[in-house]
Amino acid sequence: MSTFLGLPGLRRREATSPEGGDPTEPWGAVPHPDEPLRWGESFPAAAKHTLKNEQLRRNLGHATATIRAKRAAVVDEVPDWEALRDTGSAVKEQVMAQLPDLLAQLEENVTARGGVVHWARDAAEANRIVTEIARARGADEVVKVKSMATQEIGLNEHLADEGIAAIETDLAELIVQLADDMPSHILVPAIHRNRAEIRDIFLARMGDAPPDLSDVPRELAMAARAHLRRKFLSAKVAVSGANFGVADTGTLAVVESEGNGRMCLTLPETLVTVMGIEKLIPTYTDLEVFLQLLPRSSTGERMNPYTSLWTGVTPGDGPQEFHLVLLDNGRTDVLADSVGRAALHCIRCSACLNVCPVYERVGGHAYGSVYPGPIGAILTPQLTASTGGVSGADDVNASLPYASTLCGACYDVCPVKIDIPSILVDLRAREVDADRGKHKVDPWKAAMKAASWVMSDGGRFGLAGRAATLGHGLGGRDGVISKAPPPVSAWTRERDLPAPPDETFRQWMAEHEKDGGER
Amino acid sequence: MRIALAATCIADTMFPGAPRATVRLLERLGHDVVFPRGQACCGQMHVNTGYFDEAVPVVRNHVETFAPVADGEWDAVVVPSGSCTGSIRHQQAMVCRRAGLDDLATTAEAVSARTYELSELLVDVLGLTDVGAWFPHRVTYHPTCHSLRMLRVGDKPLRLLRAVAGIDLVELPGAESCCGFGGTFALKNADTSGAMLADKTANVRATEAEVLTAGDYSCLMHIGGGLSRQRAGVGTLHLAEILASTREEPTELPPARAARQPADRRTEVAR
Repeated sequence: MSTFLGLPGLRRREATSPEGGDPTEPWGAVPHPDEPLRWGESFPAAAKHTLKNEQLRRNLGHATATIRAKRAAVVDEVPDWEALRDTGSAVKEQVMAQLPDLLAQLEENVTARGGVVHWARDAAEANRIVTEIARARGADEVVKVKSMATQEIGLNEHLADEGIAAIETDLAELIVQLADDMPSHILVPAIHRNRAEIRDIFLARMGDAPPDLSDVPRELAMAARAHLRRKFLSAKVAVSGANFGVADTGTLAVVESEGNGRMCLTLPETLVTVMGIEKLIPTYTDLEVFLQLLPRSSTGERMNPYTSLWTGVTPGDGPQEFHLVLLDNGRTDVLADSVGRAALHCIRCSACLNVCPVYERVGGHAYGSVYPGPIGAILTPQLTASTGGVSGADDVNASLPYASTLCGACYDVCPVKIDIPSILVDLRAREVDADRGKHKVDPWKAAMKAASWVMSDGGRFGLAGRAATLGHGLGGRDGVISKAPPPVSAWTRERDLPAPPDETFRQWMAEHEKDGGER
Repeated sequence: MRIALAATCIADTMFPGAPRATVRLLERLGHDVVFPRGQACCGQMHVNTGYFDEAVPVVRNHVETFAPVADGEWDAVVVPSGSCTGSIRHQQAMVCRRAGLDDLATTAEAVSARTYELSELLVDVLGLTDVGAWFPHRVTYHPTCHSLRMLRVGDKPLRLLRAVAGIDLVELPGAESCCGFGGTFALKNADTSGAMLADKTANVRATEAEVLTAGDYSCLMHIGGGLSRQRAGVGTLHLAEILASTREEPTELPPARAARQPADRRTEVAR
């Protein structure tokens, strides 16, 4: 990607002098979390910090507005866009309904074409499988295609612990990796960095950056190209994710913009692809739908520059050894929920991030997961449900379904029509139900219970409204309340509250009806 | 037409001007307006905060109160709120079904099929865009998220506003962006909500409008609360209050805290 806007990342702690790094570097360093799907504070607490970074807000506002406009323009020109979305949604629904059969079909076809299929229940199993393959090839270095699945399992960190260097070859992902940072966007992981920072990161961490490197985007890209070219030519093993896995042919697909993916997928002798089990599509012709939906939704391009498709091993051409690691890592738990499972339809385009008014202001790191934004708010807590996830009693991820005003902009742009607002509401209910009886005193629960009693009867509600009119004088001369005790103080910090009227509507209406409509 | 009014809990107790104006407007247009007194709330707050169990009695009360519309006792139910209409249409039956109350869910669907947000009732059901209103002020319109994206009211409110005599309607920049209210979001994520509000109020102020209008008093309470705190000199009125305004019975400009009151602001209304 070429969008280098933004400022230093968030959740930054004191640098601990990483190898080759200087603890006083302006961008600091973020120690990688043990759990890529759960790090840091709850959403409101993390957002409180990130919101203070006004430069970040300006940069994100600018970057997301640019991508939004690009997407809108290329979507508007497609006459059957809504039909494509319906089809994409229907295909994914079919995939979820037939997942076990389709996975078996994929395995059969990949195996028949000379590939090896591995099944990984969780992150640890997937990491171990990839490590063993790399080690068997004697590799101390692997090149990587940008992949959310490997971010999700913390593969790079695991390989590093095992003495194998994983080199990210997507430009933005490389920036994040060199800075020892975490991604803040699904598609544009370095969206929070500006180009001056990128120059500093390259100079300090790349090892072979020209000493007179400027912050001109083209120069930065050329430095990265030169650096990466050496890695492409020397690496024996590549690791990728997959945008799509086609069940009826065993074909895998990677969609990208920079050509780094093509290098990784064709040059090394061994290719390992880590794919979430939900990335399946039933037939090769289904690609027709998704290859129209994905680029327009993600980068706002009519077609992405590089689409790589491969099926098993082709003698004399490309990697002669191909491994497919099928990753569950909580996905079958998500599948079990009839409402939440639609989150598995996601094709990782990130359109929902770019239109989200919350994401635009707080940035990706506030979500504490490699999946930020609206899709992250429904995917992360579900993927981590077995270890807390949707229980607010002791899990920061349970705050994620509340990280939305339910404005619905995400649902409108989703290429596979995931009804994110409805799933957010459903997850809130799961959270509330999971926590019932856990706390002795829960002010929210008490308030909701009391409100339920008052609001389920016209007589009681009428009396409550009448009682409220006694507060009419609270507003003073202006009729507004500017200071209130908690929890309303959260409101009055930045907003006035009108004092209640001296007469409720139903009081007025009673008189109005008496007067025969004359009042 | 005999039209039942669902006033909404927030307008009944906090912003009676909106349902009052809805009554005045519809009666002026020659319709009978009924206010079923059993009504209280549609349940949206409980549902959106995740308290489905507590929402059930609230939803039940709403559905049972308005059930006569399904039997033809009234021709329609009107709601001066996009988000409450959205909740009635998209959430009530779901909450009932989840609680195993299939019959109530069926009734909820029958009621919601005859329930309309105000601009839907006026434009789609009554076939009107010019309701004979007069409101000689500078106004900007905020399309609330649920009216826009749950109900798809589109430009219906704008068509109604454009037909108002004397109005100076100015476009709101970034209109379709959420104001940051989101019900309990404003309390649970107060900082993020405040950041969204700041952008919205800046856009409202840039229009130099005297009045900000919308189809939901909840969003207006939020944006209006911010404008009041900033002493921006912009007041808020519900769409119904502008459409109810006539030369004979003009709607007064709402109170607007301002750092400096423009000299000609209040005099104009009196006429």
